[in-house]
Amino acid sequence: MAGRTPRWLLAIAGAVYVFLHAPLLVLVAFSFNSSKYGASWEGFTLEWYGRLLERADIMAALKVSLIVGLGSTAISTLMGTMLALGLARHRFSGRTFVESLLYVPIVTPEIVCGISLLILFAWMKLQLGISTIIIAHVAFNISYVTIVVRARLEGMDKNLEEAAMILGANEFVAFWKVTVPQLWPGIISGALLAFTMSFDDFVITSLVSGPGSSTLPIVVYTMVRKNIEPSINAISTIILVVTSVMIYAADRLERRDAPQGAR
Amino acid sequence: MTGWMVPWFRWSARKPGARAWSLMGPGLLFLLVFFLGPLAFMLGYSFMPRGIYGGVKPGFTFEAYKTFFQPLYLGVLWRTVVYSVVCTVACLGLGYPVAYVISRAGQWKNMLMFLVILPFWTSFLVRTFAMMFLMRDTGLINTALIGMGLIDEPIAMYPTSFAVMLGLIYGFLPFMILPIYTSLEKLDHSLLEAAEVLGAKPWERFTKVVLPLSMPGVVAGSLLVFIPALGSYLTSDLLGGSKYDMIGNIIARQFGAGNNWPFGSAASFAMMGLVLIAVLAYLRTRDDAAMGNA
Repeated sequence: MAGRTPRWLLAIAGAVYVFLHAPLLVLVAFSFNSSKYGASWEGFTLEWYGRLLERADIMAALKVSLIVGLGSTAISTLMGTMLALGLARHRFSGRTFVESLLYVPIVTPEIVCGISLLILFAWMKLQLGISTIIIAHVAFNISYVTIVVRARLEGMDKNLEEAAMILGANEFVAFWKVTVPQLWPGIISGALLAFTMSFDDFVITSLVSGPGSSTLPIVVYTMVRKNIEPSINAISTIILVVTSVMIYAADRLERRDAPQGAR
Repeated sequence: MTGWMVPWFRWSARKPGARAWSLMGPGLLFLLVFFLGPLAFMLGYSFMPRGIYGGVKPGFTFEAYKTFFQPLYLGVLWRTVVYSVVCTVACLGLGYPVAYVISRAGQWKNMLMFLVILPFWTSFLVRTFAMMFLMRDTGLINTALIGMGLIDEPIAMYPTSFAVMLGLIYGFLPFMILPIYTSLEKLDHSLLEAAEVLGAKPWERFTKVVLPLSMPGVVAGSLLVFIPALGSYLTSDLLGGSKYDMIGNIIARQFGAGNNWPFGSAASFAMMGLVLIAVLAYLRTRDDAAMGNA
């Protein structure tokens, strides 16, 4: 290796890590602070979490968030996985078109995605509610799932399927017994990321949700706009914990038994 | 349980392309109907007269675009571009050293990467709120400054343009670090040794070897920061207030209190135009880089 990393670079990197994480750590710490205003620490409490349980709007929003998250994740994971299989494992003409179409949702600003869907739903005279939120979330999640699953597929050894077929398995058996078991970690991590994005989304959801179908981020936004109170810290902490666990699991799945394509 | 799939395997084996298209069909159809379709609708709406209670009336007009190309809104467009450029440059300055350090971190690499990936996926709303919580009048920063006797009255840190830019940098920094790290990770270390043997000083090794080879990551990262910054809405909404509006806020308002859908659609297309320019510039530099390497 050519030399050690200079100290001043380590200092900058350290400062950036503090910048990235300190605000969230402060946020979490103050969700346990019994002081309602101010920045002084007045003792540990779970009161703010307890208050969340008493609020019907938050419990209803949690339910909507879970329904939307699970529903949109299931649909986008299925469609995205199929898309990835088609793209990575088969020949067809029109590949450039499909690839470009996949990147449209990634470069389109959220606000544009949200209002264009709002216009479509208004034209279709579709009642805004849970179903329109699910449609919107599937629309922005499909591409991400496809990219994650496809990366896994491309790292996989195609020879194994061929070996299975030489040994007498037909294509169907080779697919289910060889391809799918290897692909599972990719599918699961795609699903975890899809759920995270659905659970976190505010901008698009706020545009396509109707009365009675507020998700957790929408309730948080309303609370932030009204006035800053410790309950927001508590609910934010819950959102942070849920997404961190999902991301950690996805990260582990992608690393552990990742296909060793480079060997 | 999966036996019903066997006939499909047999049928599709005989036709070229059938397997690919039937696998991709549902997803592609969904994206066509619920992504491209709505964008086309929006384009149509931007050329129609506004309805009184939202929506549009039948007809054809350039009214929405005329409204948009007024000094007031061009000013907002300009501010959006300035904020996004500042944000991208700052993320590059802060993100490059981090990516460089991670790429040389050995056993710590995975953990340091995870600490960048985590905020990458974490709720943007929650992260923006975390900034508000720190910067508010009774927040930790003001309390600490008063405690140290540096100030007597809390500083109103938001709504200000500084707060919006800081929020954007905070929000999009991980988008810069990840692609730069990826390109640094691929770097062939024997090139650095060769440069060292040939007498290159550390700074020269960086500017003549490392930096040029990591350019694809720098360009990709800049695009990944610049595009969402252009389209951002929440940051300026929460940390800015109407004095520091970005286009995103103007658009959102047209579908709420403003009730001018054609104008909102036209403003969206102006934004998409900027995004398109950024993407084309990216593709161009990428192709140039590919030619240069060949």
